[in-house]
Amino acid sequence: MLFAIGLAGALVRRNAIMVLISIELMLNAANLNFIAFWRYGAHPEALTGMMFAIFSIAVAAAEAAVGLGLVIAIYRHANTTDLDEMNRMKG
Amino acid sequence: MTPVFYILAALTLAGGLATVMLRPLVHAALAVTVAFGGLALLYLSLDAQFAGFAQILVYIGAVAILVVFAILLTRGSDLPREGVFSPAWLSGLVLAAAIFSVLAWAVLRSANSLPQQMAVPQVTVHDIGIALVGRYVLPLEIVALLLTAATIGAVIVAMHEKGGAQ
Repeated sequence: MLFAIGLAGALVRRNAIMVLISIELMLNAANLNFIAFWRYGAHPEALTGMMFAIFSIAVAAAEAAVGLGLVIAIYRHANTTDLDEMNRMKG
Repeated sequence: MTPVFYILAALTLAGGLATVMLRPLVHAALAVTVAFGGLALLYLSLDAQFAGFAQILVYIGAVAILVVFAILLTRGSDLPREGVFSPAWLSGLVLAAAIFSVLAWAVLRSANSLPQQMAVPQVTVHDIGIALVGRYVLPLEIVALLLTAATIGAVIVAMHEKGGAQ
């Protein structure tokens, strides 16, 4: 459910930072699924779900850093973070 | 499904909904921090203590701060004139509802095939450490490389244009 909320937020909001926040929500929702199914599924001593979740936290943090750096760079260039106005690939 | 789970789930979902629906960007950033906290408490209730504390450290302690910094640097606190929701909001909502229904169906169907009663897994940091350098050493090295590349890349991307591409 958290995944659907994050997806709706990523598709509906206009600010670029808002889209990145919604993507983080989606990643967190997937993490929750990993941990829940690891806990209640087969072979909880194999640590697979927990490992995946920890790596996913690390990767999501790195992706958030790069994404926000990109948003800052684009803002310097176009002076706006509104995604509806960025409809050209060529700067 | 204990009452604690319902309270934590409601808190997390409320944080998520507030994140995508609040208009001022700073309020949305604070709401997503509440959602991260709710998720960390849910991990703790699922006996995944390391993941829960890692979630608090990394997400609340780093990602949320990063988001607030980005809002500060791009002046996202000014509300735009035409509103914060894009004109195509209805199709976005419909798509999200469709994906939610598919995911919910898959989860509910698979919940019947889960073993009912089992021992609570006692995962210590020692176990995680041994697993990281034993079975999961390749993902560990790859994630280390990825974090290095991401750090350098973020610095290069956000560097000032005068000192950057010349």
